[in-house]
Amino acid sequence: MSTTSRASPLDTLIGSLARLPGLGRRSAQRIALHLLSRREAVLEPLLEALAHAARAVKPCSVCGNLDGADPCGICTDAGRERGQICVVASPADLWAMEGAGAYRGLYHVTGGVLSALEGVGPEALNLDALAARAAGAQEVILALPATVDGMTTAHAIAATLAETGARVTRLGQGVPVGGELGRLDPGTIAAALRARGG
Amino acid sequence: MEAWEDQAIILSARPYGEGAVAHVLTAHRGKRAGYVYGSRAALEPGTLAAARWQARGAEFLGTLSLEPLKAHAPLLGHDAARLAALASACALLDAGLAEREPAPGAFEGLCALLSIISREESVDPWLLWPAAYVFWEVQLLDALGFALDLEACAAGGDGPLTHVSPRTGRAVSAQQAEPYEAKLLKLPGFLRPERAAPAPEDILGGLALTGYFLEHRAFAQDTRGLPAARARLLAALGGMRTSA
Repeated sequence: MSTTSRASPLDTLIGSLARLPGLGRRSAQRIALHLLSRREAVLEPLLEALAHAARAVKPCSVCGNLDGADPCGICTDAGRERGQICVVASPADLWAMEGAGAYRGLYHVTGGVLSALEGVGPEALNLDALAARAAGAQEVILALPATVDGMTTAHAIAATLAETGARVTRLGQGVPVGGELGRLDPGTIAAALRARGG
Repeated sequence: MEAWEDQAIILSARPYGEGAVAHVLTAHRGKRAGYVYGSRAALEPGTLAAARWQARGAEFLGTLSLEPLKAHAPLLGHDAARLAALASACALLDAGLAEREPAPGAFEGLCALLSIISREESVDPWLLWPAAYVFWEVQLLDALGFALDLEACAAGGDGPLTHVSPRTGRAVSAQQAEPYEAKLLKLPGFLRPERAAPAPEDILGGLALTGYFLEHRAFAQDTRGLPAARARLLAALGGMRTSA
């Protein structure tokens, strides 16, 4: 790498990669070297994919999902159950729900959760649109992270939707499939006990 | 190499690179920060953990390893107000305490508060954890250097204490307060020396009292103001009062 004060293209690349979520500078260095040592096989297709995604992918004006079409493929899918709306924090959570293959309703992406630390308030979330959509729905399923911020957001959304008439439900919390009780933290076991069913 | 081990309660964790920078309130070392490698899954505010910190020098951020001992948040997920109280307490300590400064009693106070908030109650919920939270904020003001004196009348009166001076934070008796009532803050009965049982409006009055001194004294120089989590607690308690 360059030792001059002016950043070289390689430094700029590493710095940009290191800003991606979950990556530090060492991982960024490894990725940069991988890309540059496989230009035709990896770097150039990646450049094309990035440019194409930047042009074509946009947030759905109805649900906030990311897609090449607006409204997105899920919102326009006639086979979906239109009386159910699943509220998720991000498109990644939507993809996780879709990956489970157990849900055939619509989605609403809030774009995050309330966070005092990050300065995210209710106005930063896509909640007004949710309230308007929920007025015509039978059920709103809150599939938000089981964190303090996620649970706080779920309570805030439930309060916002109280007047809409839609039934507000939440994902169950407790023992994961394949989980052994001895390896779970006491809080998870307590939550599972509270949510037990027969 | 500098290192220490202590019990700690996680106050906050902000993603950074491949891990997170966590702030914790330790039992013996006040508020400390450190870089935590890996997943943020166990870094929930209010979680009691065995903490181990090490760094090349005392002035470095250092790395923290946190072994969770007791997570409070999962127990409170069903209750908006209790969850908001946990978030508010952690956010106030995170924003209010100076890093690496001794904070005697703060750890024990937060442990006790979390224990009360997490407890299942068979009696009127307003009698226990909301009142404990207000008392905790009174103690927090003390720890931050803005102690309230609610035991005797600042003006020498000997009647029941009913108000607090917004200037000094000292209680004033009903007789002495009468000419200045519009300028004074109300002192709810459960904060008076005789400790009356609190009603919902007393809890909200207590939070208005501590909120005044938090905002105008402890956080007066903080451009971010009081943490948003505290406003959410007020809203949640307001909702709890409406549904009661």
